Amino acid sequence: MSKQRIQKWGLLLAAMLLMAGVRAAYAGALNRPAAMHIMEGFLPPIWCVVWFAVAIPFWVAGYRRIQSLIQEKPESRLLLGLAGAFTFVLSALKIPSVTGSSSHPTGTGFGAILFGPAVMSVLGGIVLLFQAILLAHGGLTTLGANTVSMAIAGPLVAWWIWQGLKGKMSTGWVVFLAAALADLITYVVTATQLALAYPDPVSGFFGSWSKFLVVFAVTQIPLAISEGLLTVVIFNTLRANAAAELKTLGAEA
Amino acid sequence: MTTDSRSSNPTAVNGLLIAGVILLAILGLVVGNILMPGTEFGGADGQAEEVITSIDPNAEPWFSPIWEPPGGETESLLFALQAGLGGGVAGYIIGLKRGQKKTE
Repeated sequence: MSKQRIQKWGLLLAAMLLMAGVRAAYAGALNRPAAMHIMEGFLPPIWCVVWFAVAIPFWVAGYRRIQSLIQEKPESRLLLGLAGAFTFVLSALKIPSVTGSSSHPTGTGFGAILFGPAVMSVLGGIVLLFQAILLAHGGLTTLGANTVSMAIAGPLVAWWIWQGLKGKMSTGWVVFLAAALADLITYVVTATQLALAYPDPVSGFFGSWSKFLVVFAVTQIPLAISEGLLTVVIFNTLRANAAAELKTLGAEA
Repeated sequence: MTTDSRSSNPTAVNGLLIAGVILLAILGLVVGNILMPGTEFGGADGQAEEVITSIDPNAEPWFSPIWEPPGGETESLLFALQAGLGGGVAGYIIGLKRGQKKTE
């Protein structure tokens, strides 16, 4: 296929997706505000405290790491911005899934590959704060818990996969796996947090864990694949245009 | 160093990957509508709320959002802003890098 033909088809498909997306977003908005994170006020106060306690050390470490990055490698500022922007875009994309409900990717795997999980806890936390304040999506009381699932657990998994597999298989595949599994684990952790707060009176933690997992898991699988693909796209683009910066960050496999 | 996407044209590879994402979304719309005819593809959170209430019928949020968009239109404005801002920044950075590379 020629380049022009690919571009033409790409544009056509993008336009179709846009129309579908607008329709789905519109329909969803009439229903009730969609939030793939734990909703405001739905975690008992004790669990809010617990998850903030887990998140805060990561925020502190991430903030320090960002400061030292900016001082030692000023050229990494642009890529920090890119990692934040990528999460910003991806978590705004509520994509219809096979279960008849919508969810969104997280975009955190990309930044985790470049900068590690601590930095991502700050960038992801900012996105969650934006959505909690302006969109009533997620929440302030649940910000700690949502940071742990989306901006800490996901990035940790992405970082481990990247560190463990880079160089051992094709870079594209490693990036794909890191981002897709970071996306999936985010929702596994969300289900775990909800099950801890709401154990089933009969079947206990595992009973409600499986119930919450069912809600998120199937919906999230196609989205995790999408997130993996989109992360490979941005990573390829970066490799083609900013190979030097990737090298200084040690993110070139 | 692997040569996977270097040996082939990266623009074409990216085009195919994006086409894959779009196809997955269309697949979601089609299969979702077959499994749940007439579904409006609401957020997975609504279902999570139902599960919470089924486990603990007395569960009630103890804190409400400090501000909520008054309706779907304002909400979609803010989501569009979020995506637009992020896309603009990402495009600027990649364009800048591309330009810098060309003038080197």
